[in-house]
Amino acid sequence: MSACEGEDHRERGPEDGDARDAREPLAGRTRTRLLTLLLAAALLAVSVALSIMVGSTQVPLSSVLSAFGGHDGSPEHIAVRDLRVPRTALGVLVGAALAVSGALMQGLTRNPLADPGLLGVNAGAGFAVALSVAFLGVTRVDQYLYFAFAGAVAAAAAVYLIASQGRGSPTPLRLTLVGLALGSVLVGLSQTLALLDTETFERVRFWDVGTLADRPVGTVGAVAPWVCAGLVVALACARPLNALALGDELARAVGVRVGLTRLGVVVAVTLLCGSATAAAGPLAFVGLMAGHAARWLTGPDYRWIVPLCLLAGPALVLLADVLGRVMVGSGELQVGVVVALVGAPMLIVMVHLRRASAL
Amino acid sequence: MKGRLVTGQFHGGQKSDRTADHTGDHAADHTGDQSRAVREREGREPGAPRHLVLRRGGFSARVAVGPLLVRGLLGLLVLSLAALALTLGRAQVTLPELLSVLSGREQGTLRTVVLEWRLPRVVAAVLFGAALGVSGAVFQSLTRNPLGSPDVIGFNSGAFTGVVAAVLLGATSYVALSAWALLGGVATAGLVYALAFRRGLSGFRFLIVGIAVGTFLSSLNSWFFVKAEQQQALRTAVWGAGTLSRADWTTLALAGGVALAVAAALPLAGRWLRQLELGDTTAAALGVPVERAKAVLVLLGVVTTALVTASAGPISFVALAAPHIARRVTRRGGSVDLPSAALVGALLLLASDVAAQHAIPGVVLPVGAVTVCFGGLYLVWLLVVESRRS
Repeated sequence: MSACEGEDHRERGPEDGDARDAREPLAGRTRTRLLTLLLAAALLAVSVALSIMVGSTQVPLSSVLSAFGGHDGSPEHIAVRDLRVPRTALGVLVGAALAVSGALMQGLTRNPLADPGLLGVNAGAGFAVALSVAFLGVTRVDQYLYFAFAGAVAAAAAVYLIASQGRGSPTPLRLTLVGLALGSVLVGLSQTLALLDTETFERVRFWDVGTLADRPVGTVGAVAPWVCAGLVVALACARPLNALALGDELARAVGVRVGLTRLGVVVAVTLLCGSATAAAGPLAFVGLMAGHAARWLTGPDYRWIVPLCLLAGPALVLLADVLGRVMVGSGELQVGVVVALVGAPMLIVMVHLRRASAL
Repeated sequence: MKGRLVTGQFHGGQKSDRTADHTGDHAADHTGDQSRAVREREGREPGAPRHLVLRRGGFSARVAVGPLLVRGLLGLLVLSLAALALTLGRAQVTLPELLSVLSGREQGTLRTVVLEWRLPRVVAAVLFGAALGVSGAVFQSLTRNPLGSPDVIGFNSGAFTGVVAAVLLGATSYVALSAWALLGGVATAGLVYALAFRRGLSGFRFLIVGIAVGTFLSSLNSWFFVKAEQQQALRTAVWGAGTLSRADWTTLALAGGVALAVAAALPLAGRWLRQLELGDTTAAALGVPVERAKAVLVLLGVVTTALVTASAGPISFVALAAPHIARRVTRRGGSVDLPSAALVGALLLLASDVAAQHAIPGVVLPVGAVTVCFGGLYLVWLLVVESRRS
């Protein structure tokens, strides 16, 4: 989009990173990137362990290991096997899905403000839940899941179809604006529905703060296939997405099918963000932050950005979730709140330390 | 057109013409009297925008006719919608009655209903909508991002944090909450500006820092909502809903004064923005004091947002949608047009407020939700029409 392509030239000053990267031998650069990936993997492993061990009952590592070996019925084993492991698994899925879809959205729209919800996915999910509560009388949390996912898919499909009116494939600007407008309409409608009916208001409120706590049994199983499918599409889109950054004309010239790539990205984002939102509520900041952080760490190549997001996103979500369990004295703080409290300062520090590369 | 604007004449608006015309006109102006229109060459290339040249003494201004017409039309729409808003309500007022009230002939209940109850709300909708439209246009142009809005500088999140702090400190009056909101918003905007500034203000860093600070503060706010006592949460939520119903003449007089000052700065701001859109280097070559201009523009955006947030609470979406709608209505392409954005913002907020009050009999909807539905659907429709045409 023209608005972004005119980025400030001062960003690429002589002391900034682009020049240094160009001088760096290619092998050395790959080694740095591999090292970054390894570090992210280590961080993920640590956060998974912490997520299983830390909470209202602290479980030592030995008990965790014995719980995996066999169930002896002790409270510690129940906490690990029935609560912490499903919650951690969900955190991994949600974190990976949101981070990858955030990076894809930023690549697709070339807009640094793009988060995974920009295609109207979060708004659609919320609206579907509000509708199902207000008119179908749905009350069980595990039923919300399917309505939310259907709503997310429907909203994203509507945005894509409206944006692709006329000739050619939808431009990033048109996708952004249609997503923004339609998403806002859906949010407004949900608000109005909630306001007209207090019952709906009470039940829909949980959508406003994303959380991994108290998810119904089977959430992980219901979400996992969709997330995996979305990740496969995302990885397939990484290479053509690099070419799209050159502009449509050049991308076509190097043999990329522009329309198909955009459709692929939209499908991936819908599957990933839709299922994550259905399972945990809107956590859009994870996607926004992971996309930027990964690009600053690995450079503009989506074949590296996507895998890094895949590892760093879950780590971010799990660490925020663990922090939320111990931060406040009684009860816990929702992961949606903690992620922004921790992530936002990190983002500000990064924008100062790293070269602030535009999209 | 010619009848109304006596000092102007149609002019084939080619830039190359202008230089040639200028030399001749200046001679004419110096010999002639103060306000005289000089007939320009009629020859106009097909497709070139029509321009009107206004001259008075040594000063001249070149005005494009198309946007002027659109602005006039938008202004008329705002006025007629305002008239409609004044007549609607439990006490029906007919148009002749309305006219007699406005001209001061009518006294009694009708006068109170129209002038004291309904007019402040209508004026507030127009004033605040226009302010939000300007603020959105400034931030979108400055950050070169279609998603730009006062939220990118974290103003509303900061204002909300200010209100939360006020409630925690025990403030109860609306004035105190407003003051704290203003303080929070301005402090946040200053913080974002300071954090994003590094050898000049770049749009990209500004966006990232703004969104990060804004999200951080809204998380603090949600934390408060989760943990606060019900009474405190309620008091904050009432402020956070944003409403036009509290408008009274004292607030409006204050806000109107600020708005007038802002309006006076619009021509210069618009020119700076259009020149900055060409890139910092080009703008500097054109004589724009780049960093100072950016600081002034950010200040303009903050003041217009603060105006609304302090008197009506946060009203979202108008700032985001109005510039996009204005751009598509005036068909100005990428370039920013502050007056149209202001008029569209006023129209959007006024129409939404009328709909919120009268669309469903007996139910008053929150103006924010209606604004979003109205503006969003209209924007979608405009986008569809636009893409069909291209």
